[in-house]
Amino acid sequence: MANTDATTLDEGPDLLIPGMGEEGETLVVQQAENQPVEDEETKYGTSRADRKTSFNLADFPVLTGEEEDWRFTPLHRLANLHLPEGDEKLLTGAAPAVSVTEHDGVSIETVARDDQRLGSFMVPDDRTSAIAWNSFSEATVVTVADNVNIEEPITISVEGNSTDPAAQHIHVAVGANSRVNLVINQTGKAVVSQNVEFAVGEGATANVTSLQAWDDETIHVGSQQASLGKDSTFKHVVITYGGSLVRLTPITRFAGEGATTNMYGLYFADAGQHMEHRIFIDHSTNNCTSDALYKGALQGKGARSVWVGDVLIRGNTSGTNSFEKNENLLLSEGAQADSIPNLEIETGIIDSGGHASSVGRFDEQQLFYLMARGIPEPLARKLIVRGFLNEIIQKIGIEDVEAAVTEVMEEEIADLEL
Amino acid sequence: MSTLEIKDLHVSIETEQGDKEILKGVSLTIKSGETHAIMGPNGSGKSTLAQAIAGHPSYNVTGGEILLDGEDVLDMEVDERAQAGLFLAMQYPVEVPGVSMSNFLRTAKTALDGESPAIRTWTKDVRSAMDNLEMESSFATRNVNEGFSGGEKKRAEILQLELFKPKFAILDETDSGLDIDALRVVSAGVNRAQETNDMGSMLITHYTRILRYIKPDYVHVFVDGKIVDSGGEELADRLEDEGYVNYEKTQAPA
Repeated sequence: MANTDATTLDEGPDLLIPGMGEEGETLVVQQAENQPVEDEETKYGTSRADRKTSFNLADFPVLTGEEEDWRFTPLHRLANLHLPEGDEKLLTGAAPAVSVTEHDGVSIETVARDDQRLGSFMVPDDRTSAIAWNSFSEATVVTVADNVNIEEPITISVEGNSTDPAAQHIHVAVGANSRVNLVINQTGKAVVSQNVEFAVGEGATANVTSLQAWDDETIHVGSQQASLGKDSTFKHVVITYGGSLVRLTPITRFAGEGATTNMYGLYFADAGQHMEHRIFIDHSTNNCTSDALYKGALQGKGARSVWVGDVLIRGNTSGTNSFEKNENLLLSEGAQADSIPNLEIETGIIDSGGHASSVGRFDEQQLFYLMARGIPEPLARKLIVRGFLNEIIQKIGIEDVEAAVTEVMEEEIADLEL
Repeated sequence: MSTLEIKDLHVSIETEQGDKEILKGVSLTIKSGETHAIMGPNGSGKSTLAQAIAGHPSYNVTGGEILLDGEDVLDMEVDERAQAGLFLAMQYPVEVPGVSMSNFLRTAKTALDGESPAIRTWTKDVRSAMDNLEMESSFATRNVNEGFSGGEKKRAEILQLELFKPKFAILDETDSGLDIDALRVVSAGVNRAQETNDMGSMLITHYTRILRYIKPDYVHVFVDGKIVDSGGEELADRLEDEGYVNYEKTQAPA
């Protein structure tokens, strides 16, 4: 990416040779400047800023599997959620049943697809999301009033009971200066393409955990998009361990300045499970902070995870702090994890930015340290895995959910072939 | 009374250029209650000796014996060596994310004793050991060595030494990176463990500074993978004045 420095270029006219300055860099900058930026980006097509967003399915051609954002997904396992035969069909199966716990200050509605609020905080950015948008028949809308503090988690239970390909839409709006804990608990069997939109009002704090605890046969592709108001805080924790194939694309966009997003995730892929998480944090305004941390443990033949972390810090912003990290622990032979952090910085005026990524087996130094304290190897390994995963569980911040996820983790660890 | 015997120990490591012998025949016997200081220049193999006794998988023992009360230590797994009563206070304690100190200490104590410690006395023991080492109470809830300063890591090692009550401790440059206050606190911990449990110890160090706080019964000079001289405390004073140069002059420069 061309790092254009206007001050340097202004000195250009006095130079004998165009583009040749005292520093060699000037030439490079000059040359880059001479080429239309669009050309470069079209050519490489890698900037997240170029990704199409649209409610119109025709804008997303039938998938070939070559697309950057689909190249890791086994399309043949999507049970036609991506409509491989053309745009005419809809996903007509019964969507998983939704129920929401009741709280003062929270309204729960089931609305028709033409409700004006739907789609106000998200735009589909891939084919399956557009298909879900085209297909859903009614949506669940959860609205939290302004200035309320709801400690008890608002729980949205999503319970699948059919494997007919279905579409689902959930809309959550948190009012200004309110504080809520919210859990989306996805269980049962389903083949579903899902859009979830979150609006976090000015000064509000939303702490969201989305649990993918599906039955083994479930296929779930989902977009979870958040729009953050000025000075709001959004924590989004994804816990995925159930289902045959889960592909989630959590996105945070900043609608106002001074907001903070923490995007965390934990996945535990067993034999044959494909778990894909592609996050996107779009720093399009000033003084916003993002912290992303996803951790995965994989065991068994064909256990597969994909993590892509797109962070875009746009050229017109300042005061951004951003860090993203993904760590994967391969617990057995035959498991595969892909991890791709993409940090794109279009501006030089950021406060801090960074990314890290790892795919590895056991840390032998950790193992040695614990064993040198008398802890037998199998127990030492479990401690290390537990510790590795705990880092995310500790971030959920909702006691009951932390306890439930800890229990699931203990079951997964009990099965470890160490 | 216990005895740790090291007999003609040869240890090598794998390098890109092939196996490299680091220890070239080390013999040393330590009895309960004794403190042996091992002093030598950088790269002489002191830490290799410590790691080999603890059983680190990167170090291959190619000859010799290590016996703890006649039992073959080299035949034991790493955890079995600790259970038999050996403790290595590490030069670079390892971070274990997500595992709290309190969980780790209890798990290790349970493994070492073969039964879980009584909750009431254990909590009290941990607290008083932490107080003695001037450690803040928040320490117990932090993850093992994670984000600890150099001094905190060394205190955490000595905390374990006091709680686990080994027969023999190998202290691998426990003094490095400590300021004078931390050195005093950590040394007091080692002395307490020695008095309370009649522990024998091998104190590996570059400097004589720590020997002002922990009095050695024996001082051994370690150069190029071997003990080249042994004596009493006065040998340390001589090293302080003369350095290792008299021992090294027959060696190729590092």
